[in-house]
Amino acid sequence: MFEDWMDKYNLLIDLGKELPVIDPKYKVKDFLIEGCQSKVWLHPDFDGKLITFTADSDAIITRGIVALLIKVLSNRTPEEILNSDLYFIDKIGLRQNLSPTRSNGLLSMVRQMKLYAMALDAIKK
Amino acid sequence: MKDIAEIRADFPILRRQVYNRPLIYFDNGATTQKPQSVLDAVDEVYESYNGNIHRGVHFLSDMSSEAYEKAREKVKSFINADKREEIVFTSGTTCSINGIAFSFGERYIKPGDEIILSRLEHHANIVPWQMMCERKGAVLRVIPINDNGEIILEEYYKLLSSKTRLVSVTQASNALGTVLPIEKIINAAHSVNVPVLIDGAQGIQHGIVDVKAMDSDFYVFSGHKIYGPAGIGILYGKEKWLSDLPPFQGGGDMVDKVTFEKTTYNELPFKFEAGTMNYPAAIGLASALDYVLSIGRENIAVREKDLLSYATERLSGIKGLKILGDSKDKISTISFLLKDIHQYDTGMILDKMGIAVRTGTHCAQPVMDRYGIDGTVRASFCFYNTKEEIDVLADGIEKVKSMFA
Repeated sequence: MFEDWMDKYNLLIDLGKELPVIDPKYKVKDFLIEGCQSKVWLHPDFDGKLITFTADSDAIITRGIVALLIKVLSNRTPEEILNSDLYFIDKIGLRQNLSPTRSNGLLSMVRQMKLYAMALDAIKK
Repeated sequence: MKDIAEIRADFPILRRQVYNRPLIYFDNGATTQKPQSVLDAVDEVYESYNGNIHRGVHFLSDMSSEAYEKAREKVKSFINADKREEIVFTSGTTCSINGIAFSFGERYIKPGDEIILSRLEHHANIVPWQMMCERKGAVLRVIPINDNGEIILEEYYKLLSSKTRLVSVTQASNALGTVLPIEKIINAAHSVNVPVLIDGAQGIQHGIVDVKAMDSDFYVFSGHKIYGPAGIGILYGKEKWLSDLPPFQGGGDMVDKVTFEKTTYNELPFKFEAGTMNYPAAIGLASALDYVLSIGRENIAVREKDLLSYATERLSGIKGLKILGDSKDKISTISFLLKDIHQYDTGMILDKMGIAVRTGTHCAQPVMDRYGIDGTVRASFCFYNTKEEIDVLADGIEKVKSMFA
């Protein structure tokens, strides 16, 4: 059991290292996600078809979580992001991080990504 | 005194495991665990004599009321207050401070008046005063702290002036553990006829509190931080203040006579207890105080000092670990940071090892700002913790370091 969760967190730490890091000029309040104990900045790029996210966090586990979300939700159309079902979060045992009261902000991150998708979709239309 | 195995056996939750590891509970500053006797006392209310207090003519209501008033007597003797009229039940420290801030503001505060707080206050002893100041045009003055996390008394003396109406300070810092020199604070305030409120949320559970010897005008604390149930707290006030202050809530039980033209209020302490109070929790609190007395407050203080010095020594020995708050007099709370590792990462990994600590600003953002940080990891111990648990924490911290290196 101990090794099991260790592996998961080590994976998150490694994932964090692969995170497409946000341009420093976007590491400002406008791109900060509220509701996390650690700071998370998230920036969307939209080429008219696909949204690409870059992000960063001052906590390593949080950086891993946002990297994981980016792996799944980046380079997608706004519709795909809006319609995504994040069952994988449950499946890989990050369930406890999903509860709305948890301060790591996983839910806030997902919500922010969907909000960007909604806004960019509206602009496109 | 009971040995540590017997003490731990009194707390059912300490037998549980989290993530298949024995629970190590080091978040006592946030809330404490409850001994079986407290759980039984609350159960007994609902199982055998539940009835609304001060209302009914019937047997159960009488029995509940009697147990509730006995709980008040228990609190009175526990903090050595003069009279039962001086003990008001509230929902907790936050409610007690909000209540006094409101009533005191209504009764005494004029534009330009000043309230003195310290930099070490919990948000619960900042925001209610800010709200009152905003309403009344009064001003907050703040006693600064030094790098060790101790208040600078000379600065406090300078802040006291003819504009000062009240001083409200914590007995001990929840974020750093610093114990404040409250005798000196109170004496200085009294020498210029200014009353003092002591926030005892982090003080009451760590040793003997004697409000008469301390001579504080108000003393407030929460039941759940002294092994009692959540949702009950105490507002102690000297009778001369409580009888002069208006109530902060209106409702049933706090009144004498109600007409649509005018309402007169009930006598003390009921004037401040509007609506149905959390009487089962008050009865549970009395049981918690009995438990604390059975262990002995001196014994608790000695055990916790011992745990604090052991933990300070163990944690100081960890390379890259910095303890924040180096006051000579501390409660058994250690706030720390690991070099280059976010407090949230540390807390998450310790959690997975079964160790409950708190991370973040601890509802004391001004303290964090003072050090230019956005949070710490806080381990807060109490008498049911052990040195072996502290060893596990120290090993856990090493593990965190190796994971994030």
